[in-house]
Order: sequence, then C-alpha cells, then structure tokens
Amino acid sequence: MSIVLEHVSYIYEAGTPLAQRALDDICLEIPNGQFVGLIGHTGSGKSTLVQHLNGLMKATEGHVYYNGEDIDAPGYDKKKLRSSVGLVFQYPEHQLFEIDVFSDVCFGPKNLGLPKEEVERRAREALNLVGLSEEYDKQSPFELSGGQKRRAAIAGVLAMGPKVLILDEPTAGLDPRGREEILQQIKRLQVQTGMTILLVSHSMEDVAEYVDRILVMNHGRVMLDGAPREVFRHYKELEEVGLAAPQVTYIMHALHEKGFDVDADATTIEEAAGEIMKALGRSETLRN
Amino acid sequence: MGIIKAQDVVYEYVKRDEEGNVEGSIRAVDQVSLDIEQGDFIAILGHNGSGKSTLAKHMNAILYPTEGCVWVDGKDTRAEEELWNIRQSAGMVFQNPDNQIIGQVVEEDVGFGPENMGVPTKEIWERVEESLKAVGMYQYRKHSPNKLSGGQKQRVSIAGVLAMHPKCIVLDEPTAMLDPNGRKEVVRAVRALNDVEKITVILITHYMEEIVHADKVFVMDQGRIAMEGTPREIFSRVEELKALRLDVPQVTLLAYELQKQGLDLPRGILTIPELVAALEREKGSLKKDTPEGKDKKCP
Repeated sequence: MSIVLEHVSYIYEAGTPLAQRALDDICLEIPNGQFVGLIGHTGSGKSTLVQHLNGLMKATEGHVYYNGEDIDAPGYDKKKLRSSVGLVFQYPEHQLFEIDVFSDVCFGPKNLGLPKEEVERRAREALNLVGLSEEYDKQSPFELSGGQKRRAAIAGVLAMGPKVLILDEPTAGLDPRGREEILQQIKRLQVQTGMTILLVSHSMEDVAEYVDRILVMNHGRVMLDGAPREVFRHYKELEEVGLAAPQVTYIMHALHEKGFDVDADATTIEEAAGEIMKALGRSETLRN
Repeated sequence: MGIIKAQDVVYEYVKRDEEGNVEGSIRAVDQVSLDIEQGDFIAILGHNGSGKSTLAKHMNAILYPTEGCVWVDGKDTRAEEELWNIRQSAGMVFQNPDNQIIGQVVEEDVGFGPENMGVPTKEIWERVEESLKAVGMYQYRKHSPNKLSGGQKQRVSIAGVLAMHPKCIVLDEPTAMLDPNGRKEVVRAVRALNDVEKITVILITHYMEEIVHADKVFVMDQGRIAMEGTPREIFSRVEELKALRLDVPQVTLLAYELQKQGLDLPRGILTIPELVAALEREKGSLKKDTPEGKDKKCP
C-alpha cells in the first residue's frame, strides 16, 4: 500500500523545439501514513509531480504505481484513483460555489453517486475534521473568513474519502494563526486516520515543524530526500537552489561556530531551546 | 502633517440583499488615526479580516472614508480633481503579480504608468531604466513577463510603480505567493527603495521576519490600531501578538522561550547576531558564577 514512482519523466511539448523536461527520471516511494513535505523553487517541478500522483498528468516515460497497480495501464479506474488520492489546489477557496457550506462539501460525494444519507454523513465528518462545526453549515461559503473558506474547501476534498491527501500551499496568504490551525488539523488527520499527506510548501518553518520527511526538488529531480534535520543540514545547497532553511537552523549554526556545544541540526524552536539550555549547563540546574 | 495622514477614519462595507436593499453594514476600519512621516518604513500587521487591506486602499484613494479624513501628500483623498495626483504620490503593489502585469515585454509594462501620465517619450525611457535598475531587473528589460519567476514579476510590478515617481509605495502582502528566494528578492528591493531612494514604504505582511528593520509597526485588530511601536517594542509583546493571531520571528520566539526557561536575555531580540551575542554574554557570566559550569558534567 503506497505510491511508487519508477523512472518518471515528463516532457512538455515533447518532440517539438520547445520541449522542456519538467520531471527527470524520478524514482521514489511514499509509504502509507507518511507526512511528506515537498519543497522547491517556483518552476522546480513540484506541481507537475503532484499531478502525476492522481493521474491528472501522464508520465512521458516511466510508471506511477498506486497500491502496486500501474495507474496508466489500460482499463485502470482513474475515477476511483482520484477519489483515493485527493488533490487540494492552491487557493482552493476559489472553487467554492454552492449556496451554503454544507452543500458545497456534499458536491463531491454526491457526484460519486452515493445515497443521500452517506453523502451527508461524509460531509459532516469532513467538516468536523477541518474544525467547522454545524453552526457554519447554512452559511454562505463566501461570508467565511479566509482561513475558514480554505478549510471548507479542504473539507470538500476530504468528503471524497481519500487515502492520500495532496495539498499545494494550503497556507498561502493566511495569517500566522490561520497557518497554524490548518497545519495542526492536517497533522491531526494524519495521526487519527492514518492518511498519507503530501504538503507542497514555501514555508521552511512549517515544513520543519510538521512533516516526517522532506523531498527537495530542483530542475525536475529530487535533490534531497530525508528527515527535516537531515535535509536542513544542507542549508547552503538549499540556498543555491533558491530555498532556505528555517531561521532556527541559521541560529544553531551561528552558535555552533561561536563554540557553543549545540546540535546544529535542531530544526524547531523547542529542540533549539533544549539544546541551548543544555550547552549552557542550565538544564540540570533546572531539574534539581 | 506627514506624507499620509488619517484622522478618525471609519470605513463601512454596506451589505445588500438580492434586490439591492441595505441589509446591514460591516465596520472594517474603525476610528483609525495615523500620521506617516516622509521617508519612513512602516509595517502594518494584522490577522485576516483585521482591516489592514481596507485601510491600505484608503492610502491611494481606491476607497474613501465613510467618516473621518485621509490626506495623501497634503491632499484630501475625496478631492476628485486631485485623484491622479494622489495615485501618483502613493503607488500600490498587490499580492498577485499576475494581476498587475499587462505589458508583453518587461520595459513596456514599466513604461505604462508614466506613459499614461503624459511623460515625454525620452523621459519615459529614462524612468524605465532607472526603475528597473532600482529593483535589479534591468537585465530582463527585453523579456516577456510570463517567463519570469514570481519574485521577478513582483519586482517588475514595483518598478512599474516606481516609474511614476511616487513619494510613497503601499505594498499589500507582496510576498504571500512567493518562494523563499522570491521573498528575499522583493524584501531586499523594497528596503533599497527606502534606504537609497528615500521613498516612504508601507508594507503589509504576514511574515514577521520581513519587518524587523521597519521604523514603526502598526498592528490592527477589528478595524482598530491595537498596537503601535518599533519592531523591538512590538515583538517583545509575544503573548499579546499571539492573542491577535500573529507571531514573532523565530529568533525572537526562541529568545522568549529561553527567557521563560530562566535565561537572562534582553527583551525583543530581532536578529540572529543579537541572540548569539546575548547568549555569549550569558555563557561568560555563567562561567564566572559557577566555576564548575566550565565543564558541565551530568551528575
């Protein structure tokens, strides 16, 4: 049970002088239940990659397997794939259209041809998962706040009952608390339902805080692949490809250079604070 | 009076039903007064829906106050005959670069503003050149904007405003859609405008680390100015900011955590060198106080 990419390449306008390789021989496995962060500068191939995972784009070369089956094999049920692998685009609230929040979330499962009770059960459950209680059901989605709109739109995808959820910059344009709320809810989804999450993000701080594994893309290839502390260790290489590390990484490296005995790989505030207290010999005194 | 002055400004959005009857109103800006000095770098923070964009739109006469008054460069924004002068004095850059670029070629896009103002052709070219140089995009002048990255497009948008020779630029979340490098490029360009060209900058953002160099920060909540001060003053009030759905830069937050755990650090640390220096002082004083602290062995 996983997503496997085997030597996947995608070429825009293949066979013409304008041909451009957006994905270049990607091999990768995403096991079930993992929370993966996908980072890379604009144009590095992130969006092209995620669109291969639910069959919106077809690999020019190579194969994509979902649960062991080749999704481009003749006769493969792509419709089912798309309800299993949910994709939340950037600014998903632009896709809200119904008269009230509840109807909007019902739209997806209704199109699956499910009975009314099941549709409504799923919609309610999805709205609970994103933290929108019943009091919002009858409100127009256009009257919600920015963060609420976005959560309503994510609920619309969750109501399809996906096993894998791909989110393309779900926190763009939200205030800090709004960002935290969305990410915590996504993390909760992963923990509670065992859903696989693939988060495309430009915020290194967010990625460091929430994901199990980071994939760094550059020129259509996976340049780095590992746990946040392993990936951000390469902060100089990340800068060369237009990315960065969380501010904490820079702090820890600066301290390390000044002779502080800290683990420079700490990527969250909590880890960093612990390391600094330890280096100053203060953690023991506190405990005593 | 500074370059932009607001006096008791109230703005109400009127809600109408399908027949166009008034259903009620929402007060987006509520009794805001501020006075911005020429040459300042001002930051406006606030959660989604706090009224900061509505306030910003008053600064170049896109919106007019329901009550109170706004003056841009000494001109009342409601004076219709001054509209174009006002918009020339205070330019605006929005969040999405794709909505702001109209030219097929970078230099043509930047020249659009001055051309509309009736600037003579020769001067338009001079302005295009200096504006593109100011944001570091001169080498892309013959490119198609479509082929640029988000940060580059946003810098072209800024050049387009610059070419109109404004006294003040209002930027409404210019980095929200950009990758880390794009954010860095835009912030650097904006700081240069302020430092080198002495243009007044009003930056609205959700990224706290972008505004540590601002001269003054306003924090908005429910249409009012909830906090006002230098970045150091504002960012030393961590709990209040969090209650307003905001945050502080990671370095400030880390210093705050360390203080809570008992370290004696100054309040409102804003940069990495500041924190490193403070920790070095702390390390030095620890060594003096407790000689055994030198080689800290676990008991």
